[in-house]
Amino acid sequence: MAKRTNKILLKGNEAVVYGALLAGCEAYFGYPITPASEIAHASAKLFPALGRTFIQAECEIASINMVYGAAAAGRRCMTASSGLGISLKQEGVSYIAGAELPCVIADIMRGGPGLGNIAPEQSDYNQVVKGGGHGGYKVIVLAPGSVQEMCELTMLAFDLADEYRMPVYVLTDGMIGQMMEKLELPEPRPRRAPQSWALNRVNETKNCVSSIYMEPKDLEELNIRLNKKYAEICAKEQRAELYKMDDAEYAFVAYGISSRMARTAADILRAEGIKIGMIRPQTLFPFPVNAMKQAADNGIKQFISVEMSNGMMIDDIRLAIECKVPVTLLNRMGGNVPSVEEIVKRAKEQIGGCTNV
Amino acid sequence: MSEIVKFSRPAGFFPKFERRPGPNKTNMHYCPGCGHGILHKLIAEAIADMGIKDRAVIVCPVGCSVFAYYYFDCHSVECAHGRAPAVATAFSRTDPENVVIGYQGDGDLASIGFNHILQAANRGENMVVFFVNNAIYGMTGGQMAPTTLVGQKTVTSPNGRTILDSGYPIKVAEMIAQFEAPVYVERCALSSVKNIMTARRAVRKAIQNTIDKKGFSFVEFLSGCPINLKMKAKEMNEFLDTKMSQYYPLGLKKDVSAEREAIVRAEPIYDADKVKELLFPVETERAVDDDFQYKSEVFDQERSVKICGFGGQGVLSLGHVIATVGKLRNFNVSWLPSYGPEMRGGTANCSIVFSRGPIGSPQADFNCSMMVCLNQPSVDKFLGQLAEGGVLIYDTSTITLPELSADKTVYGINAGEIAEQLGDLRVANSVILGLIARMMQDCFMNEDEKADVDCAMIESLKENYGKKPAVLELNIKAYNIGKTADIVCKGARVSK
Amino acid sequence: MEARKAKVFRCDIASEECKGCERCVAACPKGVLSMGTKLNQMGVTFATYQGSGCIGCGGCFYSCPEPGAITIVEIVEEN
Repeated sequence: MAKRTNKILLKGNEAVVYGALLAGCEAYFGYPITPASEIAHASAKLFPALGRTFIQAECEIASINMVYGAAAAGRRCMTASSGLGISLKQEGVSYIAGAELPCVIADIMRGGPGLGNIAPEQSDYNQVVKGGGHGGYKVIVLAPGSVQEMCELTMLAFDLADEYRMPVYVLTDGMIGQMMEKLELPEPRPRRAPQSWALNRVNETKNCVSSIYMEPKDLEELNIRLNKKYAEICAKEQRAELYKMDDAEYAFVAYGISSRMARTAADILRAEGIKIGMIRPQTLFPFPVNAMKQAADNGIKQFISVEMSNGMMIDDIRLAIECKVPVTLLNRMGGNVPSVEEIVKRAKEQIGGCTNV
Repeated sequence: MSEIVKFSRPAGFFPKFERRPGPNKTNMHYCPGCGHGILHKLIAEAIADMGIKDRAVIVCPVGCSVFAYYYFDCHSVECAHGRAPAVATAFSRTDPENVVIGYQGDGDLASIGFNHILQAANRGENMVVFFVNNAIYGMTGGQMAPTTLVGQKTVTSPNGRTILDSGYPIKVAEMIAQFEAPVYVERCALSSVKNIMTARRAVRKAIQNTIDKKGFSFVEFLSGCPINLKMKAKEMNEFLDTKMSQYYPLGLKKDVSAEREAIVRAEPIYDADKVKELLFPVETERAVDDDFQYKSEVFDQERSVKICGFGGQGVLSLGHVIATVGKLRNFNVSWLPSYGPEMRGGTANCSIVFSRGPIGSPQADFNCSMMVCLNQPSVDKFLGQLAEGGVLIYDTSTITLPELSADKTVYGINAGEIAEQLGDLRVANSVILGLIARMMQDCFMNEDEKADVDCAMIESLKENYGKKPAVLELNIKAYNIGKTADIVCKGARVSK
Repeated sequence: MEARKAKVFRCDIASEECKGCERCVAACPKGVLSMGTKLNQMGVTFATYQGSGCIGCGGCFYSCPEPGAITIVEIVEEN
């Protein structure tokens, strides 16, 4: 057999599929949408090549409901979409959360609102990080900032989904999805045994998956249980990368492609004598509150939220640091990615002005 | 004297309905005389008699039968309104041994979820769908259904359904039967004993098809909703057997189950070696080891490259070849295409970044270390992004260069014409690749690296085009011409 | 040869399971079922069997929407 290597150049979207298959994902259900379609393309090729299930569903709603079914059957499964497609899926995500099923959803964000455009944006933040559908549920949201992370965090997403029995999003933007990077593929995992609650022939009990609780008492109990779980997740699952934060006086907060721009911008600003670092949330729910607090306590004078949305993340930063330090917004919208130059220029202005937006 | 039980509570029901809230654990939540109870009984009896309690999955809808999972002694799942066929599809596909039984009412199936049932039927999913048509929304309080008869009064058609406002009642069984994929479609009525016994046979036939993996079976049941239609049992049966049956004719709509082969689905593979065989690429034969690094100063910093030109000029693939070189020589490397309408409009560009450390911005939007321009508009649009001391590579066959500042270095080659002579315009990008190698050797590399760069470029071409030997050969040829043909070179880094 | 003796059946109605929809009454070909006059605990008048005449056809059983309201038994005389 020819010698194989784990080093490969992949698009971010393709890396999601590789990560899924390496994590033992058994089924993919999706509907075409730019800029997430490469996930469907790679899945259409690779899932059947391993005898696993791939269905191009009739719509976004069908695909999330297929995920609901496969998850209820005890299968590791996933779907992917973007913006408006995620909006359509929200009903199904709420059902999955209510029925406490594990699944993975990749959201490769594009410009909105409405039909918007297909250029990268981060404006699904609220509809994903804050739950999105009806009812008081949460989802774990992982925010890969590189192709390596697209693969690794997708794998982690399946583990977290199983551990907490809930939907886990892999949330990034069209640019991370479309860009190609060298990555090292992790080793494949064995197939996960079906859970005892699943509607699976191997289970002797006759199981039922449902999110209906007719008695308000029972539904309140479910909500209390869910919120306990979310509190546990907040305590245990916060993840963030700290970049040059040790001696920082200012901090960018950014995820996805804007974190890549901000990283380079931080290097340039440091070369000019401004001590700035970056907190890069790798989880958006749970938001890395501890890292933010720590930074505020260490004397950060200003946080700058570098985002491609209308200040959706800035609220979470303010809450995390209890508004102790100014938080300013450095954003672009409409499918524009803030360039390194622009971030450098505007960061200087914002640091100079230092007013809380 | 002894007694033999001839008909009794079907064993396909749970002995006690523990999931049903409240004190009553033996009877159902349905209203008196409801057709759902009759159909539930037929299904429960079939599940027990056919020995499929351990592999049946009941997929419950939203509507009066939302609580069907209280009753059946098998796996059950409760879905969102109208989505049962999508949920059922997943059960059928991820375990073909499941006997998947979809159960839907008229609002659920023929209104909010109509697309799903049609698509599942058209895909020929191995499942049975039992469709209860009682011409009204029961659970929500008697609103008009897609199957409500013309003239029929409901709370949302208080003067009777009109064609003008609501169109015609939908004949679902006939629609499903029009598709190629479904194997069995029948319409029955849960009215007289005779009709109920026909329905009983249909339930069993449809489930047997699913057990035999024949594909999609569909049975529509005209059913009574005595409370919302305000009818007693006898009157209800008359309504079903006359008015309903007149518009919705009973009987077999399609049966090709005898001639259909069983559906066979592949066994999923999880063996680590087989997974790696699919996902892990075959290693390209390299002249260097995993810890090899170029030593020249130029490689100490992060370097960004922009390639721009017209859509068909191989802009993105040249970028990919260059990115692959980075990978093969142990750099961190990123490749970012311009995508979307911009590409479709004809112009294309991509950015490649090389770095020893983690890469920040993958976009070569300012401070480009090297820019490759393949047409005039890209020179006009992007040249300003070339960094101080940067290198411009261009195709002399199409481009007239403006004056450049003295810090820049320029390499040009008649790539388009050379490619034309080679018989394939698409290999112009490999001519350019040859020129890039030459520039690197001239301007930036030490002796060892000069020797290696050809290896690296050819390795990359092999990795990118190796599956098509003729294409690879032509690209290597173009590369070699790019290395030797007449060129334009001037500027800061050019020694002579 | 001895003439075959007609089989004897009985229709048992669990009064607490009956919701009084009258489907069984409509279904019975022999007219041996009727609505009673008493109320069960749910407060509905339930169907009753007149005590004889059931032919064991099962029509009432399959017409009844409740799982366990009707049971039909055959009574076998042992020699």
